[in-house]
Amino acid sequence: MIQVIAFYLFATLCIAAGALTILARNPVHSVLWLIVAFFNAAGLMVLVGAEFIAMLLVIVYVGAVAVLFLFVVMMLDIDFAELRAGFIRNFPLGFALALVLLMELVLGIGAYRAGALKLGTPDGTAAPLAGANNIEAIGALLYSRYLFLFEAAGLVLLVAMIGAIVLTHRQRSDVRGQNIAKQNARRPDEATHNVKPEVGKGVSL
Amino acid sequence: MIGVEHYVVVSSILFVLGVLGIFLNRKNVIIILMAIELILLAVNLNLVAFSSFLGDLTGQIFAMFVLTVAAGEAAVGLAILVIYFRGRGTIAVDDVNRMKG
Repeated sequence: MIQVIAFYLFATLCIAAGALTILARNPVHSVLWLIVAFFNAAGLMVLVGAEFIAMLLVIVYVGAVAVLFLFVVMMLDIDFAELRAGFIRNFPLGFALALVLLMELVLGIGAYRAGALKLGTPDGTAAPLAGANNIEAIGALLYSRYLFLFEAAGLVLLVAMIGAIVLTHRQRSDVRGQNIAKQNARRPDEATHNVKPEVGKGVSL
Repeated sequence: MIGVEHYVVVSSILFVLGVLGIFLNRKNVIIILMAIELILLAVNLNLVAFSSFLGDLTGQIFAMFVLTVAAGEAAVGLAILVIYFRGRGTIAVDDVNRMKG
C-alpha cells in the first residue's frame, strides 16, 4: 500500500515540477523546479530497486548539472522578459505538437495493453546476481561485459571536459599575471644598473 | 497495483513536457537545454522501469551511459552558450544562423 502512495506522490510531483520547469517565468526558478523533478524521478527509481541509478541521478544531476545551470543563469546578465516575447505566439503550435506526441505514446501503450509484441525474453546473461544488492550486480556487469562501453563513456566525458574548457578559455591581454620562470631567471646584474646623471639633468627610466 | 505501464505513462508525460518546453521557449537556450534534460530523464526512467520489469540489468547500465552523455552535453552546451553571450550580448537563439563560423 505504501508503495502505491509513494509512487503516486513521486509521479505527481515529478510531472508537476517538469511542467513548472518549462513554464516558470524566471530561469532560476526553472532550475530549482528541475532539481525537484530529478529528485522525484530518483524516488521513482528507488521504488523499483534501482538505487544506484537513483543516487547517480541525485549526485550527477542535482550536484553537478543543475548547479552548472544555476551558475550560467546567474552569471550572464540577460533580459529574460524580452526572451519570453514569443511565448504566446509559439503556444498553439507547440501545444499541438505535444498533443500529437502524447497521442502517439497513448496509442502505443493502448496497443501494448491489447497484447504485447513478443520480442523474446532476456537471455539471463544480464540478470541481477542472486543475493547481491543493486550496486554489486551493476558493478559485476559493468566491469565485465560492458567494460569497453564504460571506458568509452569515460572518454566521452574527457572530450566534453576538454571541449568546454577550449570553448570558454580566452587569453585576456589586460590582465597582469605572474611569470614565475621569468622571476626565477632574473639575476641582480641584469636587474639593476648604475647611472651617473649630470647635476640637474635627472635620469631617463 | 503499480505496473510497468504506470512508469511508461509517467515517463511519456515527462517526455512530452520536454518537447513542449522546447517549443514554448524557442528563444531562451537555457530553458531549451533544461527541456532536453527533462527528455533524457524521461528516457532514463523508461530504461530503469523496463530493466526492473524484465529482470535484466542492461537497462540500468544504459541509463548510466545516457546520464554520462547528458552531463557532457550540458557542459558543452552551456560552454557554447557562454561564448555566444560573450560575442552577442544576448542568448536569443532565433538569429543563430548568423553565427557563420
